[in-house]
Amino acid sequence: MLGEGTGAGTGDPNLQIGVGPAHPAMHGIIRIQTELDGEFIRKADVEIGYLHRAFEKDCEVGGYNNAIPYTDRLNYVSPLINNFAYASAVEKLLGIEVTERCKFIRTVMAEISRVCDHLTCVGASAMELGAFTVFLYMIKAREFLWELVEDVTGARLTISYGRVGGVKADLPDGFAAKMTSAFKETREVLDEVHRLLTGNRIFMDRMVGVGILSREETIAYAITGPLLRAAGVGYDVRRAQPHWAYDRVQWEVPVQKEADNYSRYLVRMAEMEQSMRIAEQALAMLPGGPINVDFEGRPIDPAAYVDQGKQGKTEGLLLVPITLSPNLQGQNRAAWNRVNVHDKQVVLPPKENTYGSIEGLMNHFMLIMEGYGIRPPMGEAYFATEGANGELGFYVVSDGGDRPYRVRCRPPCLPPLAALHRMIEGEQIADLIPTFGSVNMIGGELDR
Amino acid sequence: MQGRQILQRLRDRSGGAVVDSHEHHGDATLVVERAGLIDTLRFCRDETSLDFDVLMDLTAVDYSRYPGREDGPRFEVVYHLYSITHNHRVRVKVRVDEDDPSVPTAIDLWPIANWFEREVWDMFGVRFTGHPDLRRLLLYEQFVGHPLRKDYPINRRQPLIGPTV
Repeated sequence: MLGEGTGAGTGDPNLQIGVGPAHPAMHGIIRIQTELDGEFIRKADVEIGYLHRAFEKDCEVGGYNNAIPYTDRLNYVSPLINNFAYASAVEKLLGIEVTERCKFIRTVMAEISRVCDHLTCVGASAMELGAFTVFLYMIKAREFLWELVEDVTGARLTISYGRVGGVKADLPDGFAAKMTSAFKETREVLDEVHRLLTGNRIFMDRMVGVGILSREETIAYAITGPLLRAAGVGYDVRRAQPHWAYDRVQWEVPVQKEADNYSRYLVRMAEMEQSMRIAEQALAMLPGGPINVDFEGRPIDPAAYVDQGKQGKTEGLLLVPITLSPNLQGQNRAAWNRVNVHDKQVVLPPKENTYGSIEGLMNHFMLIMEGYGIRPPMGEAYFATEGANGELGFYVVSDGGDRPYRVRCRPPCLPPLAALHRMIEGEQIADLIPTFGSVNMIGGELDR
Repeated sequence: MQGRQILQRLRDRSGGAVVDSHEHHGDATLVVERAGLIDTLRFCRDETSLDFDVLMDLTAVDYSRYPGREDGPRFEVVYHLYSITHNHRVRVKVRVDEDDPSVPTAIDLWPIANWFEREVWDMFGVRFTGHPDLRRLLLYEQFVGHPLRKDYPINRRQPLIGPTV
């Protein structure tokens, strides 16, 4: 178009504007090629794939548990949900069920993750409309929740906490008190944000009636999550196909009717409160599970333990508790029994066994070494949970070997992006920003 | 409806096109002939007792390295359907040969098929006949090959591209 040399342009009165891929309002990297007639968008073409990292191909190369760190990087704002969804898909393929305590832990951690995700989404889109204070408040609240996540998983973002057959470690001591105070802070922030935004004239002018996608089209585009619920359909995977502990807690599915950006904002704000409700109830109901204490006596260092074993002093060694290094303490035998499936062919043994007995060490190696590891029977399984953006599904195909034959992630934010042009065409270019913010695109998940 | 009833209903309707059906791990699965695919999908969507209004996912699997299926049809295109009204799911699969890797498009049934099909074309090189705009979705135009095929090595390098002068 440019450089045609005639000085007369293309004869097309409309202006072509490319937004992105590196634009401050495009949260990930994405390109929206728009055709403008004055201020109005006549046509839009959304181009994705800038963050493609071959997630699905990478999964086929390593063992089943090797894919867990990759799933962290799908939706990097709520990585715990991805972890658990993938692990549950493989468990479905294996035909095993995790322990009760593990189900509740997954529920609690997934809901904390969901609150983090919604805080980021609402905060970032409010900032783009000029409400910088809201962004700072919400990031402050997210910080409290991330500290909570860090306490449990040892990391803030790339948490790798899920395991096939369980979770990495039990909840730490004092978790309930920390969660209570973090939720208190979060609730205060939500109150403040409600006062700042919900009736705010400027905010409403930008959000009400903007980015509408009708109920029928939302369904036809397979959009799930807050966008679907903002269009009046109360579909939530947690309610429709309850898994983990969602059928044992009381909560509501927030629904709005208008299908515009403001409804999406209201749905997300209400969902954060519901998520905290779920997490609180699930934590209060957290079952103890079996704790097999088969040793009493003084703690012993693993190295000394091995040395004694080498000298033939093996009698009674396994009955001695071993001092684990602090970062492995959540993986001791008592915790392992509570949160993991009792199947030696699936879950890594407790660290005390790995360091303390040859059988435990062999068990560990058999699950880690290439060519061994978890071997689900031949077949396929699809498991879906409610991600922060909608239905997050994993379709796993096994050929009976130790590596997944195929892992497919159904990314919840791909359908809204496929329908984005329907939401922005006919509206002003400035409305692109709040609409794009309301679909909450997460590049890692969209492009995989 | 239970998975068993869904499969029974679909077998009654398009019996000739049904190649296989099973319910492993509780997922109702139907394998149909390519010729009867769109008809089956349309029936799934429009029949009141099924009412599969959401095409939840569309993907493919390359079976060329799968034990026991090396010589069979190479690709399987997989449709995951969900019904909001009835809260049930079904998986419809169609097998396609390597020589003619093409499937009729489902855009007329669900507009989301547009992007899903572009992704399958991008990753597997399966064509969707009747698709109006079958560009690559995640990779770029100059990319050579289809990376999720089993014969594509994970460490293959692609030629560097830059702005054309």
